[in-house]
Amino acid sequence: MELLLDSLFNGVAIGSVLLVAALGLAIVFGLMGVINLAHGELMMLGAYTTYVTQLIFKLPILKPFYNSYIIVSIFLAFIVSGVVGILLEKTIIRKLYGSPLETLLATWGVSLILQQFVRSVPLAYGTGLVISLLIGLFLPTTFPSKIKESINFKYFKFSSWIFAALTGVLTGSIISSSVSKLSRASARNVDVTAPSWMRGQVEIIGNAFPKTRLMIIIITLISVIAITLFLNQSAWGMRIRAVTQNRQMSDCLGISTEKVDIITFGIGSGLAGVAGVAVSLLGSVGPNVGGNYIVGCFMVVVLGGVGNLLGTVLASFGIGIMTDLIGAGRLLSIWPDMPLPLSNTINFFATTSMARVMIFALIVIFLQFKPTGLFPQKGRMVEN
Amino acid sequence: MRISRRILAGLATASLAVTATSCGGGGTSGSFDDTVTVGILHSLSGTMAISESTLVDTEKMAIEEINAAGGVTVGGKSYKIEYIVEDGASDWPTFAEKSKKLIDQDGVPVVFGGWTSASRKAMLPVYESKDAFLYYPIQYEAQECSNNIFYTGATPNQQSEPATDFMYKRSPAAGGDFFLVGSDYVFPRTSNTITKAQVKQLGGKVVGEDYLPLGNTEVAPIISKIKKALPDGGIIINTLNGDQNVAFFKQIQDAGITPSSGYYVMNYSIAEEEISTIGPEFLEGHYGAWNYMMSIDTPASKKFAASFKKRWGSDRVVADPQESAYNMVYLWKQAVEDAGTFDDNAVREALVGQKFDAPQGPVEVMPNHHLSQTVRIGEINAEGGFTILEETGVVLPQAWNQKHPSSKGFACDWTDPSKGEKYKL
Repeated sequence: MELLLDSLFNGVAIGSVLLVAALGLAIVFGLMGVINLAHGELMMLGAYTTYVTQLIFKLPILKPFYNSYIIVSIFLAFIVSGVVGILLEKTIIRKLYGSPLETLLATWGVSLILQQFVRSVPLAYGTGLVISLLIGLFLPTTFPSKIKESINFKYFKFSSWIFAALTGVLTGSIISSSVSKLSRASARNVDVTAPSWMRGQVEIIGNAFPKTRLMIIIITLISVIAITLFLNQSAWGMRIRAVTQNRQMSDCLGISTEKVDIITFGIGSGLAGVAGVAVSLLGSVGPNVGGNYIVGCFMVVVLGGVGNLLGTVLASFGIGIMTDLIGAGRLLSIWPDMPLPLSNTINFFATTSMARVMIFALIVIFLQFKPTGLFPQKGRMVEN
Repeated sequence: MRISRRILAGLATASLAVTATSCGGGGTSGSFDDTVTVGILHSLSGTMAISESTLVDTEKMAIEEINAAGGVTVGGKSYKIEYIVEDGASDWPTFAEKSKKLIDQDGVPVVFGGWTSASRKAMLPVYESKDAFLYYPIQYEAQECSNNIFYTGATPNQQSEPATDFMYKRSPAAGGDFFLVGSDYVFPRTSNTITKAQVKQLGGKVVGEDYLPLGNTEVAPIISKIKKALPDGGIIINTLNGDQNVAFFKQIQDAGITPSSGYYVMNYSIAEEEISTIGPEFLEGHYGAWNYMMSIDTPASKKFAASFKKRWGSDRVVADPQESAYNMVYLWKQAVEDAGTFDDNAVREALVGQKFDAPQGPVEVMPNHHLSQTVRIGEINAEGGFTILEETGVVLPQAWNQKHPSSKGFACDWTDPSKGEKYKL
């Protein structure tokens, strides 16, 4: 029993990291069918946002609130990755709907650009750039519709971009002069240190559980609940589902598919940012951090069944528990006196590398029998 | 049309700039009779750039020091050393390709280069087929002894063996069980094979072993294995690679695997540079083993650290790999002067037996092309350095490890034609 509980805890801990990373992809790839290879780099941006927030909260003015920086960075990471995602959609992906191979190559290119960007641009100015983008993209939408319809609107739009650029440069230089660590570009990996209340462990049913893991599980849980509610309860959620099911029909019925695309992609990218916060608690933050997760993300989404959130959830926890069962060699302790050849086989796979091989093999076998994943999309996918 | 011409012009200037930087090296000075150009080949881009660029900095500094002291004197003529820096780009075939370029095109008499064993293995056939000479500065798994490579880093018996001995006999966890953790590639696996054989000889027990695939940062299964295998604390030997250490130490500290609860980690790949990246708060109380540590309190060591900071910035640190890189430049200079020529074969002969007062203390080149060195065990302190606990005398290098089952009873001696790369003792 204790063993089962132990395995369950570990499985949930590993699975929640997979889930939070794959959630954004489940929306972008699952609902929109966009193969976004830059998903990992959007996570990386979220992780760097956490790092920048941490340093800014070390400034004397914000020092008293230092302990809460991680909560703030979750929201900031969502916004940062979301904005970059929207820009990506507006400039590149929109032109490539329906051509998966081109999307794949283009987004891979974007991922390389983003990696090189964080290597060679000082983070302070990177922050400034994101702020400019944020203002430039959203300020025009806040104008009253009277102005929007007037012929002079393009001047308003233009001047708001200038305003955005100035604000960006200003924040960039303020941050770079007050936080010296952000003023130089560096290819070096950086480190996010969890605030003191998140270090150490808590006791849950007689099991010591690291607090950072618990935090990741909570982040994951909140993200899943929020996204489910959004998709099923809100008007925009309904429109997203409608467009997913039948784009032309939704278009005919007056849903702005363009807007739906932007919102869907923005939310998917924003969730990648949140995942970035979570993974920054586990390891170091560097330009390559996203690349380590991207394959796992696609695996989870494909195994769960494309376009199905419940499938994604079950698939990630399933993989998590299997990783723990195989990798830590737990089957042996469940059945200690199994025949020798069997126990040797289990011992052989009881290392992290071999467990990974085994899991991938099992997934490949599973997909042979259920090629559409755990929960295949029901009904007609009209888009081809 | 106009735009494309402008782009072309821009490209041309850019490529000119690249050539100019890659051929640059030192200023001009009138007091030399001639110049000699050497090759420096490390990764300046890609994942290894962070580590390897520190070696380029150190080698440049050593060359500048030698030039300032009058250069290399060969046959009564003084030569100024110039260098060509090539980028191995963290890509092993590139290392081989650039080696060919340096040897054939630039005609350099010597190449200082490499970090990972994979890059060395890729370069080895090039140097052997062209009978050229590579100087390689990193502590490594040994089990190799080429006539065309000169190794200035530690062999396992100059790092991991004394460290294992210390952990089993004299650390706070003395007599405890061992758990081995490493990244999944050649160095950790070879090193752990040696450690397992040694622990068995010492009468201890290795209760578990696990390898993390490169790039993977999920340590949870390893933590539950450590807790199961070592419920009351013990010795962990860590050979993880750079970034994975961050994930490992963050997660084991959260899981309560700390020195205060009886778990002591001995690290073979964490030097001062890595401590500052990972953060001393995660590493305090754990151990490291190296030939050189920045905290060595001798004039030579202090001078080395001070001149490096003066040359490259006060926030920079020096570590063991840099010290090896520094030594090899000076040893090459001495050998060339003794041989009276830049000719590879003469220098190779003159090299064996060269002595140098290195920052770590005296070192000497042995007939197996490795260095005799001092081994130090240090405890990581809150300031991000090592508190040196133990210092061995000078330890002779073993190119073929005497505890590894495949090489037990073999040695290497390039001074005796009848012995060579691998002979039975």
